[in-house]
Amino acid sequence: MIYLGCMAGSTISQGHAAGIVAVAALVTMAIRFSPFVIFKKHTPAIVLYLGEVLPFAVMGMLVVYCLKGVTPLSGNHGIPELAAVLLTVGLHKWKHNTLLSILGGTICYMVLIQCVF
Amino acid sequence: MSNRKKTIQYAFQKSIPIMTGYIVLGMGFGILLQKQGYGLLWAFLMSLCIYAGSMQYVTIDLLGSGASLVAAALMTLMVNIRHVFYGITMLTKYQKAGRKKPYLIFALTDETFSVVCDVDLPEGVEENAYYFWISLLDQIYWVLGSLLGSIIGSTLPFNSAGVEFSMTALFVVIFVEQWEKTKQHFPALCGVLLSLLSLFVFGADDFLIPAMIGITIALLIGKKWMEKGETKA
Repeated sequence: MIYLGCMAGSTISQGHAAGIVAVAALVTMAIRFSPFVIFKKHTPAIVLYLGEVLPFAVMGMLVVYCLKGVTPLSGNHGIPELAAVLLTVGLHKWKHNTLLSILGGTICYMVLIQCVF
Repeated sequence: MSNRKKTIQYAFQKSIPIMTGYIVLGMGFGILLQKQGYGLLWAFLMSLCIYAGSMQYVTIDLLGSGASLVAAALMTLMVNIRHVFYGITMLTKYQKAGRKKPYLIFALTDETFSVVCDVDLPEGVEENAYYFWISLLDQIYWVLGSLLGSIIGSTLPFNSAGVEFSMTALFVVIFVEQWEKTKQHFPALCGVLLSLLSLFVFGADDFLIPAMIGITIALLIGKKWMEKGETKA
């Protein structure tokens, strides 16, 4: 069956969930519109600088964020995560094909946690 | 062939590489969202209103962990602040787009930006209409992908445990691409190391906001240092 709304598995109220989605949408819009509103004539150097360097830092932060649940000292010691990340990096260095790298890493991870660990 | 038809056809041609990417990534998003307990309608609304790939993946996690609205706003700000840069780049090009302008700005994703920032239009293709059709087609692919994923996610015929790694893999891939694009690795290292430090100090549930603050401060302090490095080199 195809679910339209929230299912029993969701942990927070529908209102809270709608709030999070609305905030994400509004802040994204505000960010996209701000240069056209604020910097019509002049862009401060500090904003240009942050716009240039933050993307690099944020992507590193997001990788850590995705792996925050890994426990190196217990469970499977994060071996599936490490192996899948290395494979993703390796595939990408080799072929530079985004879809191949993502599919390869994900399938490797699924096989490892379902069949090996 | 009329100019209008020519413009749409050219925009479609230019959007084909994005079509595959958006449909697959959109499907990944739809499947994960479904797994988190949010169905078709949520996938549709999020892809329609947020329309930012990596942020939508992060939003699934915010929903799952029951993040506060303030935390959600800060996270969106950090993840999407790079779009300010795209806007600044497109300031003059979009300035004369008339009533299409609000939608062009709303729909300026990473992928759309990568196509519209560098144009060399053939004879007879109207510039503003071209921007509009590229933006619209890209969002259609993204919405379709999410809907497909949401439908597949609720009828998955196989064990989907671990499919959430697609989000990690997406960020790893972007990280590698960014790493290769520059010789200045201080920002990327800042992001990884300060996040790890914050994770170690504050724990998995509370590390994000201290990490964001730390990263911003480190980058501001590092500005002078990096500029010095550049003049030396």
